[in-house]
Amino acid sequence: MSRLELRGVHKDFSGVEVLHGVDLSGDTGEVIGVVGANGAGKSTLIKILSGALPMSQGEMWMDGERVDLRSPHDAHDRGIRTVYQELSLVPELSVTENLLMGSFPRRFGLIDWTAAHSRAQQLLDRVGFGAINPKSKAGQLSVARQQMVEIAKALVSEPRVLVLDEPSAVLAGSDLAALFALVRQLRDSGVLVIYVSHRLVEVLELASSIVVIKDGRIIETTVPQQTNEDELIRLMAGRRLEQIYPPRRHAPGQVLLDAEGLQLRAGEIVGLFGLVGSGRSELAHRIFRHPAKAIKDGLAFVTEDRARSGLVLGMPVRDNISLTTWRSNAKGPFIDASAQRRDVARMVEQLGIRPANCAAMPAVHLSGGNQQKVVLAKWLLRNPRVLLLDEPTRGVDMATRVDIYRMVDQLARQGLAVLLISSELTEVIGATDRVLVMHQGRITGELNSADTGEDEVLAYAMGRNV
Amino acid sequence: MTTIPRPVIGGRDVTVEVGFTLLIGLLVVVAASTSDSFLSQTNITNLLKQMVTVGLLAFGMLVVILTGGIDLSVGSIVAFAGIVTAGLVANIPLPLAMAIGIASGIAFGLVNGTLIARFALAPFVVTLASLTTIRGLAFVYSEVPIAPADPAFLTLGTTMVGPIPLTTVIMVAVFLVGGVFLARTPPGRSIIAIGGNAETVRLAGINVRRHVIAAYTISGACAGLAGVILASRVGIAQPSVGVAFELDAIAACVIGGASLSGGRGSAKATFGGVLVLVLINNLLNLYSVQSYWQQVLKGLIIIAVILVQRTNRSLGVTR
Repeated sequence: MSRLELRGVHKDFSGVEVLHGVDLSGDTGEVIGVVGANGAGKSTLIKILSGALPMSQGEMWMDGERVDLRSPHDAHDRGIRTVYQELSLVPELSVTENLLMGSFPRRFGLIDWTAAHSRAQQLLDRVGFGAINPKSKAGQLSVARQQMVEIAKALVSEPRVLVLDEPSAVLAGSDLAALFALVRQLRDSGVLVIYVSHRLVEVLELASSIVVIKDGRIIETTVPQQTNEDELIRLMAGRRLEQIYPPRRHAPGQVLLDAEGLQLRAGEIVGLFGLVGSGRSELAHRIFRHPAKAIKDGLAFVTEDRARSGLVLGMPVRDNISLTTWRSNAKGPFIDASAQRRDVARMVEQLGIRPANCAAMPAVHLSGGNQQKVVLAKWLLRNPRVLLLDEPTRGVDMATRVDIYRMVDQLARQGLAVLLISSELTEVIGATDRVLVMHQGRITGELNSADTGEDEVLAYAMGRNV
Repeated sequence: MTTIPRPVIGGRDVTVEVGFTLLIGLLVVVAASTSDSFLSQTNITNLLKQMVTVGLLAFGMLVVILTGGIDLSVGSIVAFAGIVTAGLVANIPLPLAMAIGIASGIAFGLVNGTLIARFALAPFVVTLASLTTIRGLAFVYSEVPIAPADPAFLTLGTTMVGPIPLTTVIMVAVFLVGGVFLARTPPGRSIIAIGGNAETVRLAGINVRRHVIAAYTISGACAGLAGVILASRVGIAQPSVGVAFELDAIAACVIGGASLSGGRGSAKATFGGVLVLVLINNLLNLYSVQSYWQQVLKGLIIIAVILVQRTNRSLGVTR
């Protein structure tokens, strides 16, 4: 008798089937790693598990009992908690309020704030994030900290099944270690953890079993001891690890950017690594402090958070791509509609944005990877000389990642200087010529990508090699 | 999985547009078939004249709402522009007086926009304050209504172009030009984009502050023009006119599907909102519904229209 079992789950959206009979079972004290490219059906599966979507066909069983989830509330009552990739905290409220919402301790009918804050602190301590002040506003915390609060929130009432959707996407270093420790602790206390992640190394380390989803089917169920990163990638995307990053061999040209203590030369891709709070993104924002001037100087900046600062989600793709060229392409007082159409068509074609007829579609309807391409397209239209990329592959599926790496490599070959800011070690080493490492707001190390390793980069990032 | 897109053609949600046209058609048919006087020359002319004030204010309001703001001061600007124009006519040429009236609206809009954009103050608060300030200034200028003796003062408000009042032509022209401005020019597009995501727009090298200031200035200009036209139509300028006009303007935008959080709305749909609002008013008048009940019914109808809009519109329709 399993803690959780899915039998023959099908799901279709207005007639288009996206899950074709998924069977999945897990027991208490297990960590099931779920891997698959974006669009493989992972998110749909998660939503079915969390009651956010009804299944079209199939059964779900918990501890030998058939359950029928009609809403997230149902799932909640059954002890299934889901932490989504997108943060759902109320930024204006304190951490305590976010954690205890709906179940505040009361005294004489009023909220007992002393008790509430100490209860919140206990929760945070328990999940190993005691450094977070429960009185601070959620919106003022870093994205990584918000993610931790999100996880703590899922543990407020004891869950039986915990679904984590890309929990580590915004974490690095000690935060990541804390997350791992927490997952293991939950596993040992009898919770079934379903861990969905793009980061295969983590899945291999944490999971007791791994399922690979592709095209709406589970195509492989295995255990970490019998597989490796290479094989998982091949299963997910049909590619080998060495094929993900194009080989780099550059002859650096003239210096195109000399600012904030870093120099970028034509034709090179420079990685910038640092742990959360090291000041990676802040550095890029300082370089791009005066956008109009920076753009005129040939800079382009793909920010870390597409939804917050990369796209106007409600506007058509056409507007999002041409945003940077409205003025420069204007014909008299008007936007040059035919130039706009041409530019957009060229970019959609060149970057392989899907669907191909998306020009009039609001950007919000595109998948994460395609949204990222739209952001890139907007900047490429300006023919920049220096490209600042802040976490360009976050929340982007493997196939699109490969596209992005190839594109960035191409651009560098054409003489652009690229700064690739990333919290992913494999990427920051694999896709670049050299790596700059930040620690506490300063660049503390510079390493040659060809002859450094993850250990060395991490050591600099933690301030050990200084 | 990605969201399944609703049928969107050319960036427009077809179901909404069809539904909207049907609603206006329905109102006209109901009005024409239940009231003998609806289609009469007098009533139609009246209707066309009544549209002008709310129409002008609604367009200005739309531009501001698109940025994610609100302009509560337009009713007071109507009063101020009217009374200043009427007061000056005795001493200076009429066209100059009218230009000054409109310019006062532009100036107020500029101040609103500057306070909001430069000092990052909340639009609601700033324009609430200017609502009372400008109303006060109108009374300071003249406590009593001013009726200029010069018959030329009435020309703007009473001239007909064929069967259509000149002022209606002006108002429709504002919508046409304004619609093109929003859909086809860099500043127009930028204003919509700012309401969608100001940070994205800022990082694209576009001056967000300047566009926000421009939006309030456009709203002020529209209100100034509306004030001058209204005084000319009635032949008398009152410092107390225009109370709660901002609410009709906001209602027209919202009926037209504009989102009060910004980034969504169009000139065409707002014009539709104006038509709906004016038709409802006219219909209630023709049925001689008592005026307090008119207010009640109007409120309920607006809520009903918005609820229908809400149920069949897709996310993020901008055009």
